[in-house]
Amino acid sequence: MPWTEPAAPPLPREEPLQRTAPLKGELEYIIDLVEPGTRVLDLGCGTGDLLKALQERKKVFPQGVDIDEEAIQVCVSKGLPVYHGDLDEGLADFGDRALDYVILTNVIQVLHRPDFLMREAARVGRRVIVSFPNFAHWSARLQLGLLGRMPRTRRLPYEWYDSPNIHLTTIRDFEELLRRERLRVHHRVFLRSARDGRLVPVRLWPNLLAEQAIFLVSRE
Amino acid sequence: MLDQTDVQTAPGSVGLVQTQYFTFPGPLRLTSGKELGPITLAYETYGELNSDRSNAILVEHALSGDAHVAGRHHPADRKPGWWDMMVGPGKALDTTKYFVICANCIGGCMGSTGPSSINPATGRPYGMSFPVITIEDMVEAETYLLDHLGIERVLCVIGGSMGGMRTLQWAVSHPDRVRLAIPIATTSRHTAQAIAFDEVGRQAIMADPNWKGGDYYGGPRPERGLAIARMIGHITYLSDEAMHRKFGRNLIRENGLEFGFEEEFQVQSYLRYQGDSFVQRFDANSYLYITKAMDYFDLTRPSGSLKKELSRAKAKFLVISFTSDWLYPTYQSREIVTALRQNNAYVTFAEITTPHGHDAFLLESRQLTSLISNFLSYAVD
Repeated sequence: MPWTEPAAPPLPREEPLQRTAPLKGELEYIIDLVEPGTRVLDLGCGTGDLLKALQERKKVFPQGVDIDEEAIQVCVSKGLPVYHGDLDEGLADFGDRALDYVILTNVIQVLHRPDFLMREAARVGRRVIVSFPNFAHWSARLQLGLLGRMPRTRRLPYEWYDSPNIHLTTIRDFEELLRRERLRVHHRVFLRSARDGRLVPVRLWPNLLAEQAIFLVSRE
Repeated sequence: MLDQTDVQTAPGSVGLVQTQYFTFPGPLRLTSGKELGPITLAYETYGELNSDRSNAILVEHALSGDAHVAGRHHPADRKPGWWDMMVGPGKALDTTKYFVICANCIGGCMGSTGPSSINPATGRPYGMSFPVITIEDMVEAETYLLDHLGIERVLCVIGGSMGGMRTLQWAVSHPDRVRLAIPIATTSRHTAQAIAFDEVGRQAIMADPNWKGGDYYGGPRPERGLAIARMIGHITYLSDEAMHRKFGRNLIRENGLEFGFEEEFQVQSYLRYQGDSFVQRFDANSYLYITKAMDYFDLTRPSGSLKKELSRAKAKFLVISFTSDWLYPTYQSREIVTALRQNNAYVTFAEITTPHGHDAFLLESRQLTSLISNFLSYAVD
């Protein structure tokens, strides 16, 4: 039998997700939502900044999940227990309501099925905190509506073909998903950056004016 | 060749070291119900035990390992200990901070009591009259050594492969004596595939006419059988990619295919070299006993639930696997991690991307080194 040359060395593993970084000050709003002394799972925890802050300031028992080897290394150097793997794997280990909070910051838009993960997060966590960039922000609307181009913003700087953000959503669409999944909203924060760079709450027309939305929800 | 001063002062090296021996009368009651005693453990230590005896790290060696982890016994030694890249001043197991201990397992042939040791009852080597031992028994024997060294609780138990099994067993059998546990490239129980490879190795040894039912001491040794066992084992420690990269179809001689059965491909000569050098230092009966201990390893006993058995552990865990390890594939590490997470244990899991297969834990790696050193520094309360 002819011997065939094995395939060329495998392609480098998929590049780590290019994350949408939290807005400056965004994590403060999330930290405010977490009760002290609770069990917190941060899905897509990256280098563990949020978990470390929660551990130090809210004395939570932190756990993280991330797919990026280097991010895991950094978390270990912060003393955080982390799981190297996919987000859905990271959840499947846990029983119903095993955790007090499941946190997803700026990750739902990169998932294949954000609705599955929301359901799983709400099964495992008594509370779920989700934050995401609002794709209905006026700057995105201008680009699509007036220029007829796929929006590229400061927070979502990719071309349509190389963007890791495959499931962008708006505040309205996300609220509809929550209704359909019967997830109750306990708290909502809508944010935009002011001229001086500070993050300020948006009260009027959030779906038009907010860059970022944070929801605290639970299974009813 | 390094002269003595070079060995003593080489940066990052623990320098010249000596194996020490500790004997206790026992008898140790074994998992099988039989008893073993007296027992000698060969061990080495590196670094200094601190005043509150809180900086000890117990290194657990793998199947073919021994107590000689780091440094050299003689200035002329060609190679340092088997994990020299991990143990020494400024290395992951930093001997300026930690007191590192490693003992040869019982059943072994590197100074600890095993089938090649003299049975005091008969004055002859045990051979196959040596009782079958388990991973649990190896751990129990080590508790005597820790008692002897005056160490109630170790900072960390760490090991790869069979060393990882012993690490897990330590955390479960003696939860109050282990603060951190780092099982690497290991499993909570030997799968059928792992048992199958071990069985082929054992059959090779037992089929060697020189084996003589294990009673070969003083005569010719079953070197062919042991060499074949080692070759089989060695294949499982590498990976398709690693072998292809290292050897491809390269030939030893340049003059084309020889259409015969002599050594021809480089991979053949590599395997033969591995087998032949192994028989110089390892006892065939020890290979039988230690592989059997690994085959018996099943952390899910007695309840059948890994979660339940691991619930006894109190240590913080760092579980590490390698992408190309097909002897103990990553999913087997994930099973351990899942059980620990379900118990709300403190556990970090990292899968390191490498083409080097199971043996990756013995190779220099920035990822492995920094995971371990950071975990040791920052996971402690």
